[in-house]
Amino acid sequence: MDIRIPLGTWVEDFVDWLTGWAQPFFDVLRSIFLGAYDLVNLVFQSPPFWVIILVVAALAFLAKGWKLAVGVILGFTLILVVNQWENAMDTLSLVLVASLIAVIISVPLGILAAGSDTASRILKPILDFLQTMPALVYLIPALILFRVGVVPGIVATIVFAMAPGVRLTELGIRGVDKEVVEAGHAFGSSPFRILRQIQLPLALPSIMAGVNQVIMLSLSMVVIAGMVGAGGLGGEVVASLNRLDIGLGFEAGLSVVILAIVLDRLTASLGVRRKRTRKTDAAAPAADETSVSQKDEQLVAASA
Amino acid sequence: MTDTALEVSNVYKVFGKKPRDVVKRLKAGAARNDLTALGTAAVIDASFEVKKGEIFVVMGLSGSGKSTLIRMLNGLWEPTAGTVTISGSAISGIPAKALRDVRRKKISMVFQHFALLPHRTVLDNAAYGLEVQGVPLAERRERAQNIVNRVGLSGWEEKMPSELSGGMQQRVGLARALASDTDILLMDEAFSALDPLIRREMQEQLVDLQHELGKTIIFITHDLNEAMFLGDRIAVMRDGRIVQVGTPDEILTDPANDYVAQFVQDVDRARVLTAAGVMEPARSVVSGSAGPRAALRTMRDTQASSAFVVGNGRKLLGVVHDVDVLKQVKAGNPDLMAVVRNDPATVGPEQYLVDLFEPAAESHLPVAVVDDKGRLLGAIPRVTLLAALANVPTTTGENHIIESTATVAVEVITQTLRETAGLTDEVEMTRPAYADDVETAKEGSFN
Repeated sequence: MDIRIPLGTWVEDFVDWLTGWAQPFFDVLRSIFLGAYDLVNLVFQSPPFWVIILVVAALAFLAKGWKLAVGVILGFTLILVVNQWENAMDTLSLVLVASLIAVIISVPLGILAAGSDTASRILKPILDFLQTMPALVYLIPALILFRVGVVPGIVATIVFAMAPGVRLTELGIRGVDKEVVEAGHAFGSSPFRILRQIQLPLALPSIMAGVNQVIMLSLSMVVIAGMVGAGGLGGEVVASLNRLDIGLGFEAGLSVVILAIVLDRLTASLGVRRKRTRKTDAAAPAADETSVSQKDEQLVAASA
Repeated sequence: MTDTALEVSNVYKVFGKKPRDVVKRLKAGAARNDLTALGTAAVIDASFEVKKGEIFVVMGLSGSGKSTLIRMLNGLWEPTAGTVTISGSAISGIPAKALRDVRRKKISMVFQHFALLPHRTVLDNAAYGLEVQGVPLAERRERAQNIVNRVGLSGWEEKMPSELSGGMQQRVGLARALASDTDILLMDEAFSALDPLIRREMQEQLVDLQHELGKTIIFITHDLNEAMFLGDRIAVMRDGRIVQVGTPDEILTDPANDYVAQFVQDVDRARVLTAAGVMEPARSVVSGSAGPRAALRTMRDTQASSAFVVGNGRKLLGVVHDVDVLKQVKAGNPDLMAVVRNDPATVGPEQYLVDLFEPAAESHLPVAVVDDKGRLLGAIPRVTLLAALANVPTTTGENHIIESTATVAVEVITQTLRETAGLTDEVEMTRPAYADDVETAKEGSFN
């Protein structure tokens, strides 16, 4: 059994070749990601903690009601009193930047896959690969290409978290009532108009579920990214692992859980909530308009 | 040629791996079921013309290919072979942009499950076609509002489709198709998902709208009664082929093959056949100026207890009964008009048999069929009505049992006529008039 394919060596050579050839490109990418992260981090780090808590609580109240708002206040206060506030804000920034980029990449890919069976067939194994490859493995090339710091963390997170965004977007668009899409065609709409006015709005709940999943996966990846110096709560967890510091590990871990729950509840309510508010919004002016049109009719009748 | 709105010639649609191969073999005479390995032939060699302003119904059971056929009429499916022509220009094989233009301006569609945009209001749904056409917001809302009012949805404009019942949702679907103001309307099983009562209401409304707006409508259905009710002409489809195209009367009375015959045997004939289609020539007819003796003679000859009395131009004046006429003759009174009762049950030639039962039940006379000027076209005795429903030919040979039998014996009449022969001298004179009337009545019935 001497037959051994040096697959690992090939990948290594490929990454080496990539580093040599496209280093300037990765440098640009690195500064973009770093810039985005710094910007978001500035937003979370510069105001005093109570401003952040109040703003997030207000968002929670708008999205779901007072229960979640109270939960946010209690949870974030807990993070504060175990002295993980700054780390939590770092992690939050990293998650938001990575998720945003992952969504920006995955939704168009999902649209592409929904529109073309060939694209879908090509994407499917790639997504399987991305999703099941042990997450730690992404860190290695990311580390080489983007050097130690927050950027390889972001990149690895994007790659790992992207798949459900693509899948759920594709699923959502393919699940749109065929007859409604057909109606769009029958009235002479262009494919882009059908996408914009019919497919995307009707697939929105599914797409939002995808966004929610992307954020959740990002959060779980962020801890692993702590190993490559991404800092934040992940850094604390890795440090506590090295020092066998049960207390610190629990505090940092609990902070991650709190962040996860808050982000999940907030984003899960986006797809559903939006519909409900629009409906009540639409109902109120509807009543006004009918009364106006009735008045108009009366006026017309009177003048005639 | 100018009155053709849409023409379909030798259209095939085959799904599968080798569609062209299947078409070639079908043209060479292969059977559809032998080619299932190569592909499924949904539509085979369909050809028909739809005239402007008619309701053309394509009828068939599920799997007969009717839904595929209708989707080729606006290019949602591209035919595998053959051409579809809309007002003179072919739509098969044209660029996507040109096809979209045809769909915007010439042909719109109503769907079985309504296919409304659930996130838009009724008014915005109705205005969708106009929006795609690029009509400015204010104008398209106004035009959509007019149509929404027209289909009976005033006051519901700002509701979401999910707040409406099925019938109302389909009205929105209809409004959307009408608002885009195309000449041709495709309706794919448009009323099949609705309750029977609502369905009937929508069918009637569609006929009204069609009369008012003069649209060309191509209607797909699996419901024969619906097809018969709506269709000016009907195409019956089976296994991808069109087996017969004809008017409802033709399909019903002259089915092209056993399949169609079997299909139509369950149809509600009373809602398809018209008075003009089943009426008989009125036999017992006298001229109002002819006098009682002529009337009596006519009734004796036709063995009837009564006769229709007509004036100038066969205008129906009323009926006379043998007993009354007999009295008049015995009294020597020459004025027939004095005993005319003007209560005959009358119907129009276009009325369906279903509307004839009541007049036929209430009157012991045959129901008179009169045109809009009041002229007598023919008569429908109860027997004829029953025979028409049972699909039994009534006009066979000598034995007409179509008038109610005489209440006064023939001998009595003959004797009375003989006894009173000297009193008036109009007997011989009126004979030609009577014969003439019968001729006209026969002609009328064939029109």
